[in-house]
Amino acid sequence: MSKHLGLQQKNEREVETDVLVIGGGPSGTWAAIHAASKGARVILVDKGYCGTSGATAPSGTGVWYVNPTPEEQEKAMKSREALGGYLQDRKWMKNVLNRTFSNVNQLDSWGYPFPLDENGHKHLKSLQGPDYMRLMRKQVKKAGVKIWDHSPALELLADEHGVGGAAGISNETGERWKVQAGAVVIASGGCAFLSRALGTNVLTGDGYLLAAEAGANLSGMEFSNAYAIAPAFSSVTKTAFYTWASFYYQDGSIIEGAGSQRGRSVIAKTLQTQPVYARLDKADEEMQKWMRKAQPNFFVPFDRLSINPFTDRFPVTLRLEGTVRGTGGIHLINENCETKVPGLYAAGDAATREFICGGFTGGGSHNAAWAMSSGSWAGEAAGEYALNLGSKASKRNVKGISTTPIAANWSRSSKKGTVLHEITESVLAEVTPTEINLFRSEKTLQSSLQRLDLIWEEIRLGLLANEPNVVRVRESAAMTATARWMYSSAIERRETRGMHKRLDYKDQDPSFHYRILTGGLDEIWVKPDKPLHQEEGVRR
Amino acid sequence: MIELISKSKCISCGLCVSVCPTGVFDQANGKVPVIARKDDCQTCFMCEVYCPVDAMYVAPNVDEVTVNEEELVQSGVLGSYRKEIGWGKGQSPSAASDASYKMFQLMSKLPGH
Repeated sequence: MSKHLGLQQKNEREVETDVLVIGGGPSGTWAAIHAASKGARVILVDKGYCGTSGATAPSGTGVWYVNPTPEEQEKAMKSREALGGYLQDRKWMKNVLNRTFSNVNQLDSWGYPFPLDENGHKHLKSLQGPDYMRLMRKQVKKAGVKIWDHSPALELLADEHGVGGAAGISNETGERWKVQAGAVVIASGGCAFLSRALGTNVLTGDGYLLAAEAGANLSGMEFSNAYAIAPAFSSVTKTAFYTWASFYYQDGSIIEGAGSQRGRSVIAKTLQTQPVYARLDKADEEMQKWMRKAQPNFFVPFDRLSINPFTDRFPVTLRLEGTVRGTGGIHLINENCETKVPGLYAAGDAATREFICGGFTGGGSHNAAWAMSSGSWAGEAAGEYALNLGSKASKRNVKGISTTPIAANWSRSSKKGTVLHEITESVLAEVTPTEINLFRSEKTLQSSLQRLDLIWEEIRLGLLANEPNVVRVRESAAMTATARWMYSSAIERRETRGMHKRLDYKDQDPSFHYRILTGGLDEIWVKPDKPLHQEEGVRR
Repeated sequence: MIELISKSKCISCGLCVSVCPTGVFDQANGKVPVIARKDDCQTCFMCEVYCPVDAMYVAPNVDEVTVNEEELVQSGVLGSYRKEIGWGKGQSPSAASDASYKMFQLMSKLPGH
């Protein structure tokens, strides 16, 4: 394997800190604030802009905010256990419920404008993305955290004691940076494979690759085939609203069995051969009013094209949300959100959400709760870990551990190299089609995985090493690796559970009642985690 | 997809250049920013809601379309989303009238929820 890693040649900005947080969405901002609350010096880097980056900022989200009474918590925990294939963990769920309750109250005290109903009762179960993330940026700054926007991390730094920082580049100046840190929190989100689902094009699995290069494990990567409903022309994915939709063929006849939840397969199947239209004709006038006030972003595309979604039929598509609304991600070994690599923590969509969602979409409220809880825990633990290193920290000789050969010179030219473009497109061609990723079978997964392995090998041999846009090169490598972990895990799970649907194994099989771990780079390994023992796991 | 930065409205503050999560814009010293990497636009509307003078238009289409500035101005669409979320001048965030809870209440009554 060739080894010319441009990053190690020169670094123009080198600094030391206690905690480095990679990613400035919900989980990264909570992590930064709580690392700082321990007295740690914190730097937060975001590939885009902390406050607008990621799936939350341009949208709105429910939050799994539940009154902390035993009855209400029990009901909340039980409600999706079966859907998730009983891969959840009650202790994690309870901790997330408690932490989310206190964090949302914290948001209230920071001045987030939660709505009051006609009786003056405050409702704290949903957040508007633009307002939430603008407030989080403000609080991060207030906590004394340094924010570096447009500063993608391209590799982790490590020594024999574990992870000790990261190196990257500034998208604004082209300047290279290197941050030596006692601990690193990966909070860079999931992977939606450039599907243009709202806000997700920055989510290319970068953190998974960083973590795997350091030797961390991933978990639940088979739960990575979430598809969202969106108008065919639009980025605005808001599947929940389609609860009130009917779905139609081009001739106006209704598609039987199509629906936003269990009927999504019918939509996917139909879209394989012909267009599908939707109309939110099940929403009465009162509901229409609430919808507009709940999610103004949903109506922007319709308003601008003079479409009335309640009375007009409009074409819809499915946009891949991959692990963003799936539940797979970096495996955590304890409730401090530690990975198995010392000094490396993961939070939010970058981490597995199986503990609270099992194998069924964490989309919306669960993911939002997970992001604020896991972010807080990871931040606190990373802060303490880094401070405990004391004077040892600065004496470490950490080095870059990237496995992607990249060019020494960087350019943000709008022209994408042809090879890079082709490689990226060929990865997307393996993960985007519902024929491969939604309706899964041994044969299609195996042949897809073989092609992905070849792409990975080419990248490793330096096929993209002359591409000047090194950020895009790393994204391509990360998406390739992510797809390989996804399909390797999906092949291993020879059953249907949660969102993972196998055409050749249509039932949930009690002998697969465990989470599946994966990892590795050139050679991908897959292995069962310890068996889970809750009684509910056996479906009768 | 981002289709317009109005040269007559833009005050060259550079905020769109900063807030764009995918780095679509470039700005030469003190000049009106330019749409330099349109292909990277993910149609998230964030530049539009942050623009303090409603100089930007993100078309609802994920693929490129042609727009006419004069028509957009006349239709009143410039700044309409910002106004909708209550980020306009003299407004307060409409998050305070978020009716999601009403939806959740009605949703929980539907079969299967």
